[in-house]
This record gives sequence, structure tokens and C-alpha cells, in this order.
Amino acid sequence: MIVARREVWVGRTLLVLLMAVTILPFVSLFVTALHPAGTYPPGLQWPETPHWENFVSAFNVAKMGQLLWSSVLIEIAVVPVSLVIATFAGFALGHLRPWGARLVFVAFVLGLTLPREGVIVPLYYQMRDYGLLNTRWAIILPLIGLYMPFAVFWMRAHFVNMPEDISEAARIDGANTWQLFWRVHVPLSMPALSSLAILLFLWTWNQFLIAVVLVSDPLQRTMAGALGAFQGQWGTDIPLLCAGSLLILTPTLLVFLLFQRQFVSALLQGSLKG
Amino acid sequence: MPQRQTGPTSGLREVMSPAPGSPESRRRARRARRLRRDGLAWLLVAPAGIAYVLFVLRPMAQSVQFSFYDWDGVTQSTWVGLDNYVQVFQNSELYGSIVNAFELIVYFSIIPVALGLFTANTIRSFATSRLALVSRTVLFLPQIIPLVAAGIMWTWLYASNGTVNQVLRIIGLDRVTRAWLGDFGSALPAVGVIGAWVHFGLCMLLLLAGMTKIDPALYEAARIDGAGPVREFFAITLPSLRQEISVCITVTVIAALASFDIIYISTQGGPGNQTLVPGLAIYRLAFFSREVGLASALAVVLMVLVLGVVLPLQRLNREGDS
Repeated sequence: MIVARREVWVGRTLLVLLMAVTILPFVSLFVTALHPAGTYPPGLQWPETPHWENFVSAFNVAKMGQLLWSSVLIEIAVVPVSLVIATFAGFALGHLRPWGARLVFVAFVLGLTLPREGVIVPLYYQMRDYGLLNTRWAIILPLIGLYMPFAVFWMRAHFVNMPEDISEAARIDGANTWQLFWRVHVPLSMPALSSLAILLFLWTWNQFLIAVVLVSDPLQRTMAGALGAFQGQWGTDIPLLCAGSLLILTPTLLVFLLFQRQFVSALLQGSLKG
Repeated sequence: MPQRQTGPTSGLREVMSPAPGSPESRRRARRARRLRRDGLAWLLVAPAGIAYVLFVLRPMAQSVQFSFYDWDGVTQSTWVGLDNYVQVFQNSELYGSIVNAFELIVYFSIIPVALGLFTANTIRSFATSRLALVSRTVLFLPQIIPLVAAGIMWTWLYASNGTVNQVLRIIGLDRVTRAWLGDFGSALPAVGVIGAWVHFGLCMLLLLAGMTKIDPALYEAARIDGAGPVREFFAITLPSLRQEISVCITVTVIAALASFDIIYISTQGGPGNQTLVPGLAIYRLAFFSREVGLASALAVVLMVLVLGVVLPLQRLNREGDS
């Protein structure tokens, strides 16, 4: 019993330490953001007078309003389209299982491990030929394609695990495949769909390579791409850079804290099935 | 195409089957339904398939095609066969970038998984306590922020008067302080630590979730047999976590070999080429030195390397299942 209690205390201490290390970079970013703009403060020191106005000037300098709008536009185009076409394909490959479904599924899975760097150069010339370089379409279209391996894999796994009885009952009631899909399977897929939506949202928001290569105007990019440009431009003004970085992080953090329960419940459901 | 076939087939059935209840007609009806279903199925796969072919498979094939040419992206390209591949393995800068990527695996994969296993095992007994629940949120934070942001934060942490050096000074290690990302010896490990920071939480939480699924009776049996905590870990915990471990390693190894964001932000491959990785080299070659063929050859090598490392891991995982 004594040994067990000591184990628990070691565990608690370790956990607190690891959490501190995880949080430390955020804290350092935050306190530095409060120092006077243009100074070079030590990494971790509370300023004499906190300069909250740094956040206002970073908001203006980074053109946060336009950035947010650009990110939202890209998200609105990428996430729903990816969800719908991946659900179609997942339903077809996981439930209808036509002749040759296995082969097509394997072809999708092959793309799961693909590093973005493997296709970025041809994508650049492809977008140039389409005349889409430096437009939001140059981020939207490739991302939809690049998400397909994971999204189809995810939705197919969901439909494969759906009990056959439900579909049979609906068929006996006279539902055709289309009705079966919309009235029965889609409503039952909401948990799988919503966790996929969260993942796709995050990945799009945080996408960097595609944005940097295919779109040179930061105001046409998503948040992470814009952050890269912000660093290049204001990297010498440390407090301003820190304030801007924090602002750009805020939406992600809010979404995470809001949807955290969904994340956890989706994960639990996944493990229950497995 | 199959959809159109269903028309004539079902028409045929009406004309030619005299006995509606006969097994022959039922089989035909079933076939017609199957064909119609297959047609619909392929129609549903089509949009995802087209997006995938157009923006993944086609560029992949084109990377391979480009890799056999000498091309500056503008003028006529010339066929050079395998020259670009020869250069990838002979040019010390490019070859070095591949070596660096493999070195990053130590930090991106091995440290997070090892530390994750150790931590998860120590906190297993109170995995549902409040502290553990809070830690789930906190440790997940590095996963949800952009890698670019992680790069910016850590660059500041590593600065000559940044937090890392501050802490070292406080504990009396003044001699060790340096500009971590600018130092030839410490740049790559420093970048690696950023990766470890990003991936630790995910690995730890995945492993912890796996541990809570292990049947407690197994541990009781081991205790009765007189196994200590170490034996228990190697005999029960580790084998039961085969799947979770392989998932963690797969995800982090891909992140290490294909790393770009963190390095682009924190070091740009420097000092010298100490932290150059294939992703950054491809970017530079294709868009700054205008050596599209060479960049593509490196891209193909990178894709093959990732597959070569990940596929055996998957096989290991599947063998564990059977």
C-alpha cells in the first residue's frame, strides 16, 4: 500500500511537470507580448507595466479581420465538400461494396502516408496552368484531394461497422438505396461526421506548405500560412510578434476548448467499436 | 456505365420470364438489382475519386516524370535519365538532409513514445482523477496549434536571452547557455525537441487510453505470480499496446521524415545545412534554384522512404492482431 501511494505521488509530480513544460512556451509568449513594442525583453519576465495595446496594434498590423475572413472562406469551401464526397465514397465502399471496391479502397489508403512535399512541385505547375496561383482556389482544391485518403478511410470504417440489420429493416420497409443513405445512415453517422469535421477544420486552419508555395499573398491564405508571413515581416519586433502569434492562435484554442467534449466522446466511441 | 445496363436487363426480365416465382427469374432480378446498386455505388465514389486522382495521384505521377528531366520550370526540359537520383545520393547537402530527417525520428518518435509509455504507466492507477482529466486538455494543446506557432514559440524560448537559457542560469549551468538554434552542434537536437514537445501529448494519451483497456485480471494474476512492476510492464502492458504503439510510431515517423513547417520557421535549414531536411530542400530547389527535376527526384526518394518505413510497421501491427 505504501509503495502504491508513493507511485501515485511520483506519477502526479511527473504529470504536473510535463504539463508545466507544455504550458511554458505559451506563458513565455504571453508575458513577452506585454512588453513595450520594439524592445528585446528576457524570455520570462512580467513587464513593469503590461502593454495590452500591443494586441490592438498586432491586430491592425496583421490585418486580423481580413485574415479571419480569408480563413473562413477557405474552411467553408473545403470542409463541407470534403465531408460530403467522402461520406458518399465511404458509404459506397463500406456499405454497398460494389465489385472492385476493395481495389479502389486500397488505392485511397496508399495516399494515407503521402508527404505533401511529394506532390507540391507538380501541384504548383498544375495550379499555374489552371490560372489559379495566388487565389484561394489554389489552397481549396488540392486540400480536398489530399484529405480524401483519410476522410474516405474514416467514413468507410464507420459504415463497415454499421450493423447490417438496420439497413435490412429499412429495405424491408421499402426504402431505396438513396433513402437508406439519407434517412438512415447519415443521421446515424453524426458522431463520425462531426469528429471528421473537427479534424478537417484544424488541418485546414493549420495548413502551411500548400499555402506558402501556392499563394504568395498572406491575405489569401489560412491562419498558419499568414502567421509564417507575419514572422518574416515582424520577426525583429519580438513583443509585437508574440502578440500577433497569440491572436492568430486564439480562434484555434477557442474551437478546441469548445469542442473538446466531442473530441473525447468520439474517441471513446471509436475505441468501444474496436 | 453499369447503370445504363440495368435498363435493358430489367426489360428483358419482364418479357422473358413467364413464371414470376421461378428460381431463374429471381436470380435475374437479383442480378439486375446488383447491377443497379453497383452503378449507384460507383457514382457515389466518383467525386472523391476524381478529387483524389486529380490532386494526388496525378501530381504523384508527375513528380516521377519530372524527376527524369533537367528543367528550370520555364524553358524546354531535357531528358537526363537517372542523373537526378545519382545527384540526390552524391550531393552531400541533399544526402545530408535525408540523414538529418532520420536523426529527427529519434526526437519526433522515440522520445515521445518512450516518455509516453513511462508516463502513462506511472499515472495508470489514477487515470480518471481530476488531475489526469485536466492533463488531457493541457497535453493535447501542442497538437491543435499550427506547427508554425510551435516554431515561433520555441524560437523565442531558445533565443540567447530566452527562457531556456534563463532557466539554465538559475540552476547554475551558465556554461551550457548558447543560442541553441544558431549553434552547429545543438541546432538539430533543438529542433528535434520542438517535435518531441508537439508529439508527446498525443502519444501519451493514446497509450494511456490503450492501457485502460487492458483487463485488470491480467495484472492481478501477475501480482499473484510474484511479478514486480518492471516484469509486469514488459510481460503485460507492452504486448497489449502493440497497436497503439504502432499507430504512434507511424504518425510521428511520417512527421519526422516529412517535416517542414517547424524548420522553415525556426532555422531555415541552418546554421550551414545542419538542420536541412528533404521537405525544405525540395522547396528551395524547386522554387529558388529552379532545379525542378532534382527537386522532384528528392520528392520521389522521400515518398519511397516514407512508404519503406511505414509499411513494415503496418505489417507488424497486423501480425499482432492475428
